[in-house]
Amino acid sequence: MYVAVKGGETAIDNAHRLLADRRRGDRGVADLGLDQIMQQLSLAVDRVMSEGALYDRELAALAIKQARGDMIEAIFLARAYRTTLPRFGYTRPVDTADMQVERRISACFKDLPGGQLLGPTFDYTHRLLDPGLAAGQAPETPAVRAPEQAGMMRVSDFLDQEGLLEPAPEEAAKPVPDDIARTPMIYPLDRDARLQALARGDEGFLLSMAYSTQRGYARSHPFAGEIRIGEVALELDVPELDFPAPLGRIQVTECQMVNQFQGSAKAPPQFTRGYGLVFGQAERKAMAMSLVDRSLRATELGEDLVAPAQDEEFVIAHADNVQATGFVEHLKLPHYVDFQSELDLVRRLRAETGAGDEAAQEDSE
Amino acid sequence: MNMADDAARATGDARAEAMARRDRMAVLARADGKRLRALWTGLSLDPAFEMIRGPETGLATVRGRISGDGAPFNFGDVTVTRASVRLSDGSVGHAYRLGRDLGAARLCAVIDALARDNASATKIDSALVRPLQQAQTQRDARRQAETAATKVDFFTLVRGED
Repeated sequence: MYVAVKGGETAIDNAHRLLADRRRGDRGVADLGLDQIMQQLSLAVDRVMSEGALYDRELAALAIKQARGDMIEAIFLARAYRTTLPRFGYTRPVDTADMQVERRISACFKDLPGGQLLGPTFDYTHRLLDPGLAAGQAPETPAVRAPEQAGMMRVSDFLDQEGLLEPAPEEAAKPVPDDIARTPMIYPLDRDARLQALARGDEGFLLSMAYSTQRGYARSHPFAGEIRIGEVALELDVPELDFPAPLGRIQVTECQMVNQFQGSAKAPPQFTRGYGLVFGQAERKAMAMSLVDRSLRATELGEDLVAPAQDEEFVIAHADNVQATGFVEHLKLPHYVDFQSELDLVRRLRAETGAGDEAAQEDSE
Repeated sequence: MNMADDAARATGDARAEAMARRDRMAVLARADGKRLRALWTGLSLDPAFEMIRGPETGLATVRGRISGDGAPFNFGDVTVTRASVRLSDGSVGHAYRLGRDLGAARLCAVIDALARDNASATKIDSALVRPLQQAQTQRDARRQAETAATKVDFFTLVRGED
């Protein structure tokens, strides 16, 4: 039952005023610029863009500043802003083979065309805190080397040549993909809708789900076939031009996970694939996404359903951190009337069973 | 026969012109707003124009392909700003750019409209588009060289025979 009550306006105003003050902190410390966040906290910006499902570095930086670094709050702000804008259309699918690559590695093949390019990675660092960084030491300029001119084909393309890798689902089967931002999700989902939901899913949740498959809950024997990070060009078909309008470039992370598969009634023994594609530099998220994409294909591939990571509704319905935080955090809003009625109910039940009297007696003893 | 040749040539010309326009728009879309305005000021062009649409900011939903080369799927939105203008001579120009820079989108549409005229296009390409393109190519080349320096060179350890 909902009963309208008033009050708290002044308290709320003053609380928000206090929030603004605490967010700014000590006035003797320089105010944080959005350019600083974009440049020096760029992976935080990437996470807000990917889970906010909105690629705009400056807006993501503002969201991080406004949220005092609370990432889920920042993602919420990005999602809310997104709903205020009209939609111009859908880009042509990005071509990740034609990426301006900043990092590209394969855990399957040592000598792949184009080579293993480590790029700006945390891998192989010793995870020791750096006092030099605390002291504001300037970094060295990056080393350079003449790049190889050969293109960088996807690892999956040459694994494909032997026929040991399952083919990618064909476009002809479904030329217009589902859009979960426009139509409600109805389970079971097609893989395209599932990937869209995973792409905006919470990194921590997907990481844990992916981890569970490695620990034996729906084992999937994965190898990182290829991870690549870099810029891809966007093009938008518009009626006023007789060619697709070039929009510019965005940075994405792609992960192709390759999984050993012993075969089932539905598919022969082969390598199957899981796919991850995420805004910005977000390798952990892209890897987790591809593992979960693969585990959620259990029904399609005729595997036994034995683990949470194979349960589509469980995974997808709980992967969105804005929805999750909305429902969990709503518990702190006033529930005075609900609670009064429950209090009354519990008192009556105890009175009917006489439990209240016994408990009262024990207390007095 | 001649007519067919002419038609083919005209079609070819139109295609080449469309590709040149496309390439120019690609450079303008990627250009940094400040640098774009500085080069524009240097051109000393100030044509009268009216806005047909925008400038306005909206979203484009980015599509990827399952496994990189399979069926398409939607994976997130990107902010895009667009503008369309008409010059006093009737030329129409369009612009699309990632981000929310309204002024830059309007300017790009004006430049696109001016470049519908061949003489203006030559001037704009040499004084504005080419410098922007060079800066973009240099940035890409520098980043490629920095990435190439992180390439792993494997070597095989010689196995001891004793």
